[in-house]
Amino acid sequence: MLIPCPHCGTRPAEEFTFLGDANVQRPTSLEDPNWNSYVYERDNPRGKIDEFAYHSGGCRAWLVVSRDTKTHEVFGAVIAKNFKRKQKS
Amino acid sequence: MKYSVFSLLKNSLSGHKNWTPAWRSPEPKKEYDIIIVGGGGHGLATAYYLAKEHGLKNIAVLEKNYIGSGNVGRNTTIIRSNYMLLGNNPFYELSMKLWEGLEQDFNFNAMVSQRGVLNLCHTDAQRDAFARRGNAMRIDGVDAELLDREAVREMYPFFDYENARFPIKGGLLQRRGGTVRHDAVAWGYARGADLRGVDILQGCELTDIQTENGKVIGVQTSRGEIKCKKLALCAAGHSSEVASMAGLKLPIESHVLQAFVSEGLKPYIDGVVTFGAGHFYVSQSDKGGLVFGGDIDGYNSYAQRGNLPMVEHVIEAGVAMIPSLARVRALRSWGGVMDMSMDGSPIIDKTSVHGLYLNAGWCYGGFKATPASGWCYAHLIAKDEPHKVATAFRLDRFRRGYMLDEKGQGATPNLH
Amino acid sequence: MTGFRIKNGGLIDRTSELNFKFDGKSFTGHQGDTLASALIANGVHLMGRSFKYHRPRGVISAGSSEPNALVELREGGRKEANTRATMIELYDGLIAQSQNRWPSLDFDVGAVTSLASSIFVAGFYYKTFMWPKSFWEKIYEPLIRKAAGLGTASREADPDTYEKSYAHCDLLVVGSGPAGLMAALTAARSGACVILADEGSALGGTLLFENEEIAGQSGFEWSQSVIAELASIPNVTLMPRTTIFGWFDGNIFGALERVNDHVAVPAPFEPRQRYWRIQAKRAILASGAEERPLVFGGNDVPGVMLASAMRHYSNRYAAAAGKSVAIFTNNDSALRTAHDFKQHGIHVEVIIDTRKGGRILNVKGGKGVAAIDAGKHLIACDAVAMSGGWSPIVNLMCHRGAKPIWNESIAAFTPPDVGAEFTAIGSAAGHMLLSECFADGVRAGTMKGKVPPAPKCRDEAFAIQPFWWVKESTGKAFIDYQNDATAKDLPLAAREGYGHVELAKRYTTTGMATDQGKLGNVNAIAILAEASGKTIAEMGTTTFRPFYTPVSFGAFTGPFTGRHFQPVRKTPLHGWAVEQGAVFVETGLWMRSSWFPKTGEDWLASASREVKSTRASVGLCDVSTLGKIDIHGKDAGIFLDRLYCNTFSTLSIGKARYGLMLREDGIVFDDGTTSRLAEDHYVMTTTTANAARMMSNIEFCHQVHWPELDVQYVSVTEQWAQMAVAGPKARATLQKLVDKLALNDETVPYLAAKAITIMGGVEARLFRISFSGEHAYELAVPADFGNAVARAIMHAGTEFGIVPYGVEALSIMRIEKGHVAGGELNGTTTAGDLGLGKMMSTKKDYIGRVMAQREGLVDPQRQCVVGIRPVDHTMKLRSGGHLLKQGDAPSMQADQGYICSVAWSPMLNMWLGLALLSNGRARHGEIIKVFDGLRGHHYLAEICDPVHFDAKNERLHA
Repeated sequence: MLIPCPHCGTRPAEEFTFLGDANVQRPTSLEDPNWNSYVYERDNPRGKIDEFAYHSGGCRAWLVVSRDTKTHEVFGAVIAKNFKRKQKS
Repeated sequence: MKYSVFSLLKNSLSGHKNWTPAWRSPEPKKEYDIIIVGGGGHGLATAYYLAKEHGLKNIAVLEKNYIGSGNVGRNTTIIRSNYMLLGNNPFYELSMKLWEGLEQDFNFNAMVSQRGVLNLCHTDAQRDAFARRGNAMRIDGVDAELLDREAVREMYPFFDYENARFPIKGGLLQRRGGTVRHDAVAWGYARGADLRGVDILQGCELTDIQTENGKVIGVQTSRGEIKCKKLALCAAGHSSEVASMAGLKLPIESHVLQAFVSEGLKPYIDGVVTFGAGHFYVSQSDKGGLVFGGDIDGYNSYAQRGNLPMVEHVIEAGVAMIPSLARVRALRSWGGVMDMSMDGSPIIDKTSVHGLYLNAGWCYGGFKATPASGWCYAHLIAKDEPHKVATAFRLDRFRRGYMLDEKGQGATPNLH
Repeated sequence: MTGFRIKNGGLIDRTSELNFKFDGKSFTGHQGDTLASALIANGVHLMGRSFKYHRPRGVISAGSSEPNALVELREGGRKEANTRATMIELYDGLIAQSQNRWPSLDFDVGAVTSLASSIFVAGFYYKTFMWPKSFWEKIYEPLIRKAAGLGTASREADPDTYEKSYAHCDLLVVGSGPAGLMAALTAARSGACVILADEGSALGGTLLFENEEIAGQSGFEWSQSVIAELASIPNVTLMPRTTIFGWFDGNIFGALERVNDHVAVPAPFEPRQRYWRIQAKRAILASGAEERPLVFGGNDVPGVMLASAMRHYSNRYAAAAGKSVAIFTNNDSALRTAHDFKQHGIHVEVIIDTRKGGRILNVKGGKGVAAIDAGKHLIACDAVAMSGGWSPIVNLMCHRGAKPIWNESIAAFTPPDVGAEFTAIGSAAGHMLLSECFADGVRAGTMKGKVPPAPKCRDEAFAIQPFWWVKESTGKAFIDYQNDATAKDLPLAAREGYGHVELAKRYTTTGMATDQGKLGNVNAIAILAEASGKTIAEMGTTTFRPFYTPVSFGAFTGPFTGRHFQPVRKTPLHGWAVEQGAVFVETGLWMRSSWFPKTGEDWLASASREVKSTRASVGLCDVSTLGKIDIHGKDAGIFLDRLYCNTFSTLSIGKARYGLMLREDGIVFDDGTTSRLAEDHYVMTTTTANAARMMSNIEFCHQVHWPELDVQYVSVTEQWAQMAVAGPKARATLQKLVDKLALNDETVPYLAAKAITIMGGVEARLFRISFSGEHAYELAVPADFGNAVARAIMHAGTEFGIVPYGVEALSIMRIEKGHVAGGELNGTTTAGDLGLGKMMSTKKDYIGRVMAQREGLVDPQRQCVVGIRPVDHTMKLRSGGHLLKQGDAPSMQADQGYICSVAWSPMLNMWLGLALLSNGRARHGEIIKVFDGLRGHHYLAEICDPVHFDAKNERLHA
């Protein structure tokens, strides 16, 4: 599998560490009822997923890789910071 | 037809033309009391024990492909009960005891073979952790032995003791651990369940769950609508998908675990051995192939296949443990979809939907659990209360903070 | 002894004479032979025994699909089991043994199993061996295991080396037959970067043995001219002896190059094999097609071979399988076979064509063909060439989940469409005519622009009428040769409910042998389909998976073996520690100095002395492995407040503070001391084990959660050597090194953190912190100065009797002081469990704050850290003992906790420990039973405060 890192170009997947669904959102308030969901519950889609990937063997940026969990087809990767910004807006 | 050497002899006289199917291929009925989703080891065992132990008859098992087409047919066949937490090990020990009597119980030779499971350690900290684990087993009457380096060497003199990057310091041995012919487990349970009236519906895929007022009333399948009173999900790597049909979101991610087999060899390794300084474990099947594996690839996947980095990672560890493996050849690799839970332990529980039951989150440890999983799930479905060795496998343990985390990795499924 | 060397022709070098041994018997062959061809030429057909019935078997193919002729090649640590004689290039001095037979290949006692073959049908073992229960493990299984398996693997370490390599190309061509050569040539001429790989010992594919006419030349001549041109183009890499074994995500191909398998021993510094990962922009499958056996009685008798294999042996190796051959076919290729044989003077006894109603019911002869039973009469012959049609070699294209497609007109499965990145051409695509192969090749090799013309050639007739099984066979008709699965096993599987192609495979073991069903699977599918009342297309295939052919573990491992399995990390003080006689211990990838023995000391004596000397005077310990992270920026304090459960934004400049970090699930993640060197500059330390994970966690928190914070961070673990100087004389020792600074409680008070210089200008950071409980400092200097500074400290401390101390002594001292470490920070403990609950701020959000408040995480019955001492002070404590209330019978239910860490305390002259005990803080003083069943002893111990030594911290502030 190859990941198109926005900083480093197309790199082999073993340079990355994956951390699951990037659509989870850390609650901003201590009273938020969604903490359990944030920490534990996942959509776990069979199909397209936006997935955290840390370029531990490269630029050390956290990325969000868009990928198909059925076919492993990689659609693209963006900087996690930008993904989150877009998610919030 | 009862299986025995006599039935074999008798059938050989008629050219084996008179064997009957090991299970029927019935048409789905309009309604069942209980529908189990998933014709793998756990689903079939559940059906078997529901029929045998609880006397229930009107049961169907839905299997979208062929029975045993999921993880029961693509694992590395290891059985053991070497867990250390109270919520876990009594359950796995029940499983071990059921394995020990399984073949006579369901009249099918699944080749249960207790040739020992040895976990190697390479540091003092690992040995301390093994001492903790081994004593947790011993305190409950489960067999465990702590071996020093020389005792390991005596068992396996051809491992690397002299030139290793991480020298072997000893190991934790469970002699009652071993292997089982995995496909035969699915077949034996299927045959036993079928004999007791369970309808095994192959090629029947769940497409929707029907509920009414928060209660399950039936399912839509690729073979039409079927009504039911109770619906028991048992879909391993596909648990999230089927649970989402009832609006549930699970503490589970699906990951691919690769496994491998070598070419057939004359007896080479007697028991199961796990390397402690890398991801590698190995045993040898009765047919002669070295069956081995390591770790999940690390990314969410439903593909039942992995990639080369993990192949290299696993085999490097294998040769580090056993240098002579360098000239053995890997014959085939395959992958299974693991329902990796957030604390590394499973869920056997009721859900917020009335009549909907959940059995999931087995990570890569589901095979050894098959008999107890079926036993306890059947108990839960039949009696609507958890079996006493499965009381910790609750879905609300995450919300309540009673995780069962043997490895201490926290809510990071790909590290369990 | 029917095979012989044909007088003329072939690609062997008749001037060379290679001596080799098979089963101890000496033979000769020529350069260019395979072991199989040389044996055939020497009249040897019997090369192996089958798995279940131990039937005598000869070679059936001439390539990698060979199921029968498997041998143990070479000896000692180089012995390789199950090596295909068809793929072994002959070299002088080759030694091979047949396998799975006893006492000899010729007379194999195991063959008695065939007497009981009427019982040993598919799946028989699932129905028996169950009674009496105890017999399975004691009697049946050991017998089965001994009888099963094929060759014997060596238990000696492999003396050869392996390499790993990576390649990128515009076009990868898999297979160098006519289609592959044409595609590679076309692409190469247009300037593309091309890799052409072929599993064979030479490039050319079928052109190495088939009689073809191409562009007015022979097929072989044409192929040689193309290969020569390809070799002259710099953007082309030719890879013979290279098997592409798998297709993976990202159009990445795994390949095995057999660099030196064709010689007895690799030359010095040369690898035996090389593993490749090839990343191809585009790839072409030109792997050709595999001829199928026909299924008839005795189709496994040595001397029954694939017709194409027989042509291969006679045309390329000048090795004739027999003098008088019967041809059995369902297609037109028999004509080609007969024509070739006539050229070599091999008599074609009869052509039996199923399309004309011809059948072979049985082959007579045990270890060689004597005659065939063609129904009405016996026909004497000494070899049988069979052709059941051709199966495109689709394997690689199906490695990522796609299924092949049944094509009725050629009676074969053809490759699926998997997109433009990987396409099949020639007979791999089911295009069986040579002209089609060339047309495919030029088209596929054209990277852009107009497709050039293809060479003119003569096409051989290809017409087939499927024929699967001579049902009237009077002998055993095999489908999977190696696993002894017969044609009758498949209908039996269907009858018993195992009719799905995957179930039938698993039940009958068809296709599960070392050839993975390359020859037999299509026959099996056809027979199973018929038995199940389905079409072949409906039945479909089993799953194709890597590896196309088996790959040695050594190749996957490459150079990462033995001590090179993982890299070694040495600290900047490693040289100093070696000088001091350190014994090192593996800690992750690090080598840490563990203890510094004097003559005659064991680890305990050494560590005890180190502790005593340090506590009495001064000691020096290398703590460079701790993770060190430099954090800068105006929001650094706020950032740390969110990471740690305690507060760092209020930390004064020039001060250090112990910090505790949780995971988001509220469990303790890591601890360490973090210091503030300036308003916007902190230095964090982490545990050795968590250094890397901490760094990625920090990056995650900043980049994902709080990108708005102005903060930068970098790991400086390897940039700084760090050493602890501890003991009552620590200050006096360090004073001698420090430039222009009087060390006292005003200038460097407890928890001070200061940037200073030492030894006349060496930049350094001085922290007054203590893990040992002594008056202590940690001094950090740039890594390159580490050894020199350590030596200087030792020199400065000489007058006080300074000692180096290692992690064993460090561990003793921290346990004496009740400091938690790895044994207690085990990923399941909370701050409260560790006695650090008060550190959890209630005034801010931080990672883990909310989830740490869950019921289960504040349950009073949770196990928390306590001290533990044996009641009998002469007794040894051991980690991993579990704790029971006195009087309770052992059970998990009654289990109260366990001992995490232990140490012999030279200060208190007894064993001490830290334990996790349910509701432990309320139980100090309780006498508890330690259960240590593993080591067979149980004893009483007293629960106490975790701080065993100097509870008032008088030494710390001394």
